[in-house]
Amino acid sequence: MNFNETNITNLHNQLVNGEVSATELTKESFKQIKNTEDDVQAFLTLNEDAALKQAAALDQAGIQDDQVLAGIPFATKDMISTKGLRTTAASKILKDFKPIYNATVIEKLNQAGSINVGKTNLDEFAMGSSTENSGFKQTKNPWDLTRVPGGSSGGSAAAVAAGDVLAALGTDTGGSIRQPASFNGIVGMKPTYGRVSRWGVIAFASSFDQVGWLTKNVKDNALLMEAISGVDQHDMTSANRSVPNWAANLDQASVKGLKIAVPEEYVSDAIDEDVREVVQAALKHYESLGATIDTVSLPHTKYGVSAYYILASSEASSNLQRYDGIRYGFRADDVKNLEDVYVRTRTEGFGEEVKRRIMLGTFSLSAGFYDAYFNKAAKVRRLIVDDFNKVFEDYDVIMGATDASTAFPFGDKITDPTKMYMNDALTIPVNMAGLPAMSLPAGFSKKDGMPVGLQIIGKPFDEQTIYNAAYAFEQTTDFHKKNAKLGGQD
Amino acid sequence: MAEKIDRQEVKHVADLAKLSFDDAALDKITPQLEEIIDLFTDLQKVDTDGVEPMYTPTTEHNVMREDKGVQSGQRDELLANAPETHDGLIKVPAIIDESEDGE
Repeated sequence: MNFNETNITNLHNQLVNGEVSATELTKESFKQIKNTEDDVQAFLTLNEDAALKQAAALDQAGIQDDQVLAGIPFATKDMISTKGLRTTAASKILKDFKPIYNATVIEKLNQAGSINVGKTNLDEFAMGSSTENSGFKQTKNPWDLTRVPGGSSGGSAAAVAAGDVLAALGTDTGGSIRQPASFNGIVGMKPTYGRVSRWGVIAFASSFDQVGWLTKNVKDNALLMEAISGVDQHDMTSANRSVPNWAANLDQASVKGLKIAVPEEYVSDAIDEDVREVVQAALKHYESLGATIDTVSLPHTKYGVSAYYILASSEASSNLQRYDGIRYGFRADDVKNLEDVYVRTRTEGFGEEVKRRIMLGTFSLSAGFYDAYFNKAAKVRRLIVDDFNKVFEDYDVIMGATDASTAFPFGDKITDPTKMYMNDALTIPVNMAGLPAMSLPAGFSKKDGMPVGLQIIGKPFDEQTIYNAAYAFEQTTDFHKKNAKLGGQD
Repeated sequence: MAEKIDRQEVKHVADLAKLSFDDAALDKITPQLEEIIDLFTDLQKVDTDGVEPMYTPTTEHNVMREDKGVQSGQRDELLANAPETHDGLIKVPAIIDESEDGE
């Protein structure tokens, strides 16, 4: 079986009809992981025994027609707490950490009967755009093993592209779902801030972090998003709103008359020509489907990277204070006193990029610099949001490139932090505003043959319009049918 | 503004953040931070007079729950994550630096 060639609805029907069992699907997932893992290195921890036990129990009880996600294997970014299953944030400081409770999203998926096959690699504490900052291993892009899978949800994206699972959970603080989705030719959705509970998700930058899905196709994504969304008493920023039936409501025809805004900043010269070509062709396709397209401007986009790295690093420096070597996680050896425990544990336990961000954040919040950096960035954040609000007065969605390039070769940007930070220029503004946004497979680069993503940004809590627009494109094009070299195996 | 971050400032910020950098690490991180903070000064070009700072996109306010204690009964699992334990408690090194104790 090839997970890249099927979907959740098909598998659900086969499960209900007894054509396939949850145990068989789970075994298929581990078989494919074993076939690809030497090359791809997407996983940090496998959950094989527990997953097979859960599958056997499901088969015993029988899967009913209304249990649409039961028996479906998925993978989880190792930023999300799983009870009793090692959860590391790809950091040495949490090398042996076993959470004592499940994140709300994991609890919901357990209740739905979905099967977590393992924890995927990421940039340490989700800080990075290539997964090269992992404290443990280097995940490779299943389309081309000499290239990065993107980040920070690089392991999740690679696991889906390699056909290990049908779907993987990611987190997106400045583009960490959308950019790897773009680099791996899959669908990556970051829902509206507050749509999904962050309880049990390791905190990086709390006013930006949001959980979402990476999948092979649009409908699977919508189905899975319904399962993890909704208010949660454990997360006071989770939105008290009903969750629509995005998958059942998918409406291909609604693209007719859809008003699309294309910010000039999202198709500018700063974006590689091969990426621009694919994006322009995708926009033309939307026109042919009956949508209208206008060029607009989000003038503060160019300040997004600076404002984001101040604000997100400040929040991170505060959130990561908890890693002190006392109650859990790594503690440095031969420490003499309490100060020593803190300083040596943190200095030895955190990787370079994490320390850089803690330093940037601490600096931005420190006496004498707070107003010039942190508060100034918070004001610029408001202006970035105002830009979006203004465009959304007249348009239904915003479209443009997800990233300025296709997946780049290892080592290309890792030695130059500023260059790596600029990589997120087109994804960051969405997190500033808390908007929902997707990266959708839109075609392939003429230069290197790698996948290119189209970014679709919606109004707050209007995930449906994004899903509809994405579905209309997917159903009338063939790009999503092409699989990564390593994903097309039987 | 255009404050430069120098070696001394990096050491001070590291102290605040409970991190330490040896000379080689300082040689590496100081110019990196300098370059990034230089990028940040771009923001000074933006007119933000009268703009209300924004700290979160959430629209939820003052979410309350009943103040009720619950027993999680997970002491052993909690302690299993601690680097060092003793008799069901978390063990830490002396809080007072013994080398300064002057015995």
